[in-house]
Amino acid sequence: MRWKTPRELRELGVLGMNSRNIDYIGRTNDRSRYPLVDNKLKTKQVAQQQGIAVPELFGVVRIQHEVQGLETILQGLDTFVIKPAQGSGGKGILVISGRRGDDFIKSTGAVLNFRDVKRHASNILSGLYSLGGRPDVAMIEDMIDFDETLSNYSHEGVPDIRVIVYRGFPVMSMMRCATHASDGKANLHQGAVGVGLDIVTGHSLYAVQNNQKVEQHPDTGFRFDELELPHWDEVLQLAAGCFEMTELGYFGADIVLDRNKGPMILELNARPGLAIQIANQVGLQKRLRMIDDMRAIERDVEERISLAKQMFGVTLV
Amino acid sequence: MTSKLQISLVAGILIVLGLGLTLYKKVELGFPLLPGQRQSVWTLESKISLKPVAGPIEISLALPENLAGWVVLDDHFASSGFDFTVMESDGRRHARWTRESLERSTTLYYKLQAYRADEFDLGGSPVPEIMPPELTADRQAAMERVVATLRESTSDAAGFTRLLLQQFVHDEMSQDAIFLFGSREESKLGVVMDVLAFADIPAQRVRGVFLESGRRRQSIDSLIEVFDGRRWHIFDPNTGLLGMPENFFVWQRGGESILDVVGGSSSRLEFAIVKNTLPIKTVLFMEQQAGEQPLLDFSIYSLPVEQQGVFKGLLLIPVGALVVVLLRVLVGIRTSGTFMPILIALAFIQTTLITGLFIFLTVVGAGLWIRYYLSHLNLLLVARITAVVIVVIFIMAALSIVSYKFGFDQVLTVTFLPTIILAWTIERMSILWEEEGGHEVLIQGGGSLLAAILAYLLMSTALIEHLTFNFPELMISLLGVVLLIGKYSGYRLSELYRFRDLGRHDQ
Repeated sequence: MRWKTPRELRELGVLGMNSRNIDYIGRTNDRSRYPLVDNKLKTKQVAQQQGIAVPELFGVVRIQHEVQGLETILQGLDTFVIKPAQGSGGKGILVISGRRGDDFIKSTGAVLNFRDVKRHASNILSGLYSLGGRPDVAMIEDMIDFDETLSNYSHEGVPDIRVIVYRGFPVMSMMRCATHASDGKANLHQGAVGVGLDIVTGHSLYAVQNNQKVEQHPDTGFRFDELELPHWDEVLQLAAGCFEMTELGYFGADIVLDRNKGPMILELNARPGLAIQIANQVGLQKRLRMIDDMRAIERDVEERISLAKQMFGVTLV
Repeated sequence: MTSKLQISLVAGILIVLGLGLTLYKKVELGFPLLPGQRQSVWTLESKISLKPVAGPIEISLALPENLAGWVVLDDHFASSGFDFTVMESDGRRHARWTRESLERSTTLYYKLQAYRADEFDLGGSPVPEIMPPELTADRQAAMERVVATLRESTSDAAGFTRLLLQQFVHDEMSQDAIFLFGSREESKLGVVMDVLAFADIPAQRVRGVFLESGRRRQSIDSLIEVFDGRRWHIFDPNTGLLGMPENFFVWQRGGESILDVVGGSSSRLEFAIVKNTLPIKTVLFMEQQAGEQPLLDFSIYSLPVEQQGVFKGLLLIPVGALVVVLLRVLVGIRTSGTFMPILIALAFIQTTLITGLFIFLTVVGAGLWIRYYLSHLNLLLVARITAVVIVVIFIMAALSIVSYKFGFDQVLTVTFLPTIILAWTIERMSILWEEEGGHEVLIQGGGSLLAAILAYLLMSTALIEHLTFNFPELMISLLGVVLLIGKYSGYRLSELYRFRDLGRHDQ
């Protein structure tokens, strides 16, 4: 396969790493806002204040001593997730999907006793899963009951929707489907499938695994061209609404769909990757420039979304 | 002013300034831009340290005599409160420091630069008078037997000396010899001289310094010279071999001693040695101009030798950093740790490339394996890294010992690899392995090594070494270039590959 020339990439409006760092992250993201997105607990608390849907927080364990009190927090909870507030790469997330007597059942089917759960929380506090080993806090939150539409397209892992938001406009989106090859992880470079989604309808545009076009999920066999995300407008509203909350010019919102509660923000990312362009087969820079070219007046979420739909609907771009 | 314009302006000024200064030095001052014909110029900084005893103090240092093709380019003295004179007697020059009294320990400096213009032999020399040693009866007997045994196997002076030294070096001494060498307080060399005198062979010491670049505390060594009636033969008592070692700087031939101190105790003479492979022309030029040109007076040449040596390495770092920046920003190669490749490249300069690579891979490989075990123990980060550091040091020690036993001296340079960097590399690699898989480890590890090798190849080029050391103002230009790269928002080479299929499937 022939390589692209820089000129071809420019014509396609592809956003490169250097340009992302200098022109978008460096220019529009205020460093002081980073802790808000890097710390999932802060993200959640601010989101709750602003009425943005997030998985319900049951409790927080902040110091080792509080690990003893875990039992009170978990009382009456059959399903829950314990995760580090500043974990990296999805490490340290313990998903409990049921109870049997005094024991806990992991989503993988393994059985843990209460001591194991406490030890896990304790490990989170001591920084075992956080970047650079910094001391962390453990969050206990509601387990997401994945919407069927999504779980059909994911193997072993968490299926999520990534929306890139620039100056409050939802610019591009994709669904990331974990596969057996990606070991349950949702990172495209590890072999997950990226599915580009139409900003107007939430319908799939294109699916790619390891830079190759794919028609169906390699493990579950569901066809991607039949995929249309439910609650699509809510997804866009959630993502675009985070702009007011974070005041970040350029970020990625990771959204999950719960069977009963609908779309919820799982986490935000101030340095979203560029693979979304491959999943959509469209360059990002073209769209970002269109927004830069617009008159800088304050618009509310609805207005931004309808403008984005006009500009970035697949039939138009 | 936009930041882009500002940066371009600043960068432009810096680049022009650096190049301008370089050009000025080249055109106006006549600095050679190319290294030209290179020759090793050794800079020796002699340190005389001593403790005072009550009363006046006098220190006398014999100065080197341009022997065996060595030429002293230039020398400097630091006299720190002493009266200082250079005296000449019987064709020998002595530096003399005197002072009425001295309160605390002090250090005197004598710095010289020398190179070997030609490889002459030492040539002729007056034959010294033989002074038979005064011996006790038992030593006398032992001496007679040692000399007699040696005389049986050889008749000439050179052969005698070679046999004597070889016994001594290879530890094949007879009981008598062991008695002679082992029971005396004096140096073994003194005994050798005694044996030679006893055997009626005219001999003298040739004092000097073994030149090894980067040594801080080298001391005076002696060679032994014997006269067979027609000509002189020189031996290195450390190896027992005939002939002058190539890296031996001859200080004094014959003579009693190099350093004499009256009124002081615990005096020591040590040398810091730095080798510059420079064109002699440049060096002569620098020295000659140093006093006259203000620009040169503030150059690195005005620093003490030890610091010059340090700067020689430091000035190469920006070049390595440039390689890393270029590779990361323009090419898009991922390295583990931003500047780890530079430190590895600096280590490679000491170890040479192939050995360095071998050691690096061995240590990191073994470290990863052990780190894999440690990860099962759920240790806290700081404790885990510390454990890895300790293990790395163990591996390095084991590698040195094993390879030394097998005779690979090269591997001893393992100590030049920065331990902490190795430990961090291992830690990062193993975290990467757990989180992203072995593939990513190969990509980032390979990227780091590639960057290190490229940086090494560039940093060890003669031209780059010459330019960075003699034209440090080029650093200013480099700074400008780096600022410009920092504003580069175009595509990386790797992105031309990454997005190669974009927009091709639709049709």
